[in-house]
Amino acid sequence: MSAQAIYVLWLRDMKWFMRAKARIISMIVMPFLWLAIIGMGLGAVTILPGGESFIDFLAPGIVAMAVLFSATMSGISVLWDKQFGFMKEILVAPVSRVSIMLGKAFGGTTTSIIQGLLLLLVAGLIGAKMPGFAGFLLVLLFMIILALGFVSLGLAIASRIEDPIAFPLVVNFLIMPLFFTSGAIFPISTAPEWLRLIAYINPVTYGVDGLRGAIGVSGYPEFPLWLDFAVLAIFSLAMILLGAYLFKKMKA
Amino acid sequence: MQAIVTDGLTREFNGLTAVDHVNLQIKKGELFGLLGPNGAGKTTFIHMLCTILPPTEGTAKVAGFDIHQNSDSVRAAIGIVFQDPSLDNRLTGRENLDFHGRVYGMSKIQREKRIGEVLKLVGLEERANTLVQTYSSGMRRRLEIARGFMHHPKIMFLDEPTLGLDPQTRRTIWDYIQMLNKQEKITILLTTHYMDEADYLCDRVGIIDCGKIIALDKPEKLKDELEGDIVSLEVLQPKKYVEVFQRSKYVKEVKVVGDYLHLTVTGAEKTIPKLMEIIARHKGKVRSVGLRSPTLEDVFIRYTGRGIREEEGEAKEQMRLWMRARKG
Repeated sequence: MSAQAIYVLWLRDMKWFMRAKARIISMIVMPFLWLAIIGMGLGAVTILPGGESFIDFLAPGIVAMAVLFSATMSGISVLWDKQFGFMKEILVAPVSRVSIMLGKAFGGTTTSIIQGLLLLLVAGLIGAKMPGFAGFLLVLLFMIILALGFVSLGLAIASRIEDPIAFPLVVNFLIMPLFFTSGAIFPISTAPEWLRLIAYINPVTYGVDGLRGAIGVSGYPEFPLWLDFAVLAIFSLAMILLGAYLFKKMKA
Repeated sequence: MQAIVTDGLTREFNGLTAVDHVNLQIKKGELFGLLGPNGAGKTTFIHMLCTILPPTEGTAKVAGFDIHQNSDSVRAAIGIVFQDPSLDNRLTGRENLDFHGRVYGMSKIQREKRIGEVLKLVGLEERANTLVQTYSSGMRRRLEIARGFMHHPKIMFLDEPTLGLDPQTRRTIWDYIQMLNKQEKITILLTTHYMDEADYLCDRVGIIDCGKIIALDKPEKLKDELEGDIVSLEVLQPKKYVEVFQRSKYVKEVKVVGDYLHLTVTGAEKTIPKLMEIIARHKGKVRSVGLRSPTLEDVFIRYTGRGIREEEGEAKEQMRLWMRARKG
C-alpha cells in the first residue's frame, strides 16, 4: 500500500469537486427540498410520540440522506475513468489496487461529508436543533463512518458496471429502500412490526440514530451510541473489504 | 541482454485466439516495431506485457521480471502510451504529469524538475496550465508521451502512437520516439499498422497477423528478401492473369490486391513492356502502371496474401456498392 498513491487519488477528487461547483449545489438541492417542503409542510401537522419538534427530528435524517446518496453516487468517477481511459493509467501504475480503492474511498468520503455539513448548516438556518462542540465531533464521526461504508459500496458496484447510465439507476434502486426504511422520515418505534424489523437490519438506521443522538434531538438515540457506532463500523469495514476485493479483479 | 522475452504468450477471448503462442525477444536499447493490421493482436500483446491483462497461457519477462510473479516490479520499470486516450481531461497538463509522478513515487523536487524537462521536450510548456479538455489530439498525444517517460522507465510501450494524427504531427512524434530511444536509452516496443512508420523508425520489425508473428527481421532485410522491384498493374479482373504470370519467366511472384496485380520482377525497365504485351495478348487493358522498390506492405502481402488495410478497402467497396444501389 502506498500513502502517496492514496493521497494523490484523494487530491484528484478534491480538484474535481472544487471545479464542479454546480454539482455541489445541485446535489444538496434535493435534500434541501425534503427539509424545507416536507419538514415545514408535514411539521405543521405532525405530532411525534416524544413530542419533539418535527424539524429537529427530520434534519439528521435528511443530513444522513445527503451523505448516503452523494457517497454511493461518488462511485461513478470509476465509470468516467473507465470511459475516458484514465483507468488504464491508474491500473498500470506500480501501486496496489487496494491503495487505488482506498484513495477513491477517501475522496468520495470527503466530498460527501462536505455536502452533509453544508446541509447541516442549512438545517440550522431553517431552525433545526444544532449540536454543541462535542456533539459536532460525534456528528462528524458518524458521517465519516456512514460515508466510508457507502462510498465503498458505490465503488464495489462501479467496478462491476461498464455503463455510466446504468450506475445511477442501480444505486437508486438500492439506496432508496435503505433511506425509506431507516427511520429518517418517521420514528421506527411507532412503525408497524414488519417495517421495524427491516429498519433493524438496515445499517442506515444506525447512522440516522447516531446523528440524532450526537445532535441531541430529545428522546434520542434510540439505541446506545456505541451500538450505532459498532454496527456502522462493521458494515463499513465489510464494504471496504468488498470494494478492495472487486477492485483487484477489475479490468480497465 | 534481453529487455523483453515472451514464452508462448497466448490470450483467448471467448474461444477466439487474439495472441497465439508468441515467442519474442527484444534486446535492451532496441526500437522494435510490431506491424500488423487492426485486430492482429498487437494491443492485447502489449496489455499482457504491461500486466493489465492476464495471459491465458504462457508467460513473459519484462525488464527481467516475470509478469505473473513480479507484476509490481514490471509496472515500475515500464512506461506506456495506450492506443486510446488515457488522460484526465478535467485536469491540466501539468496536473496530469504531477499525478503520474506521485503514483510512481517521485518526490516533489524530482517531480518539479522532471515535469519542466518533459514539457519542454514535447513543446507543451505554454499550455501546461490549461485543462487537457482544450488540447488538440496532437497535443494530447505529446502529453501522453511525455507522461510515459517522465518516471525514467527502462522500457516503453507505444501502442499506435500516431494513429489519426496529421502528417506533420506524426513527424514530430517520430522525432520524440527516436530521441527517447537514442538519448534517454529507452528500449521501445511500438505497434503500428503504418508500414512507413515501422520502416522509418524501427531497428527490427515483427509482422503480426491473426495473433502470430509471421516474419521478423530488420526492415531492409525483410524488403531484400523480395529481391527485385514491384510492378503494379491496374487492370480489370486482375485474378484472370494470376496463372499467366505465374508461368511467366519474367515474374517471380504474383499477388492481387484490389484492382492491382503486384508483380515482383528484376530489371523492371525492360520487363514492363513484356508484361504489357502479355496483358494485351489476353485482350486486357492496363489502366495504370506503377514501379517501386518493395515496402513492408509488400512483405506483408507476401506472407499473408493480402494487404494490411485490405479489410478497410473492402468495407469502402461495400459502402460504394450500397450507395450505388440506393441511387438506383
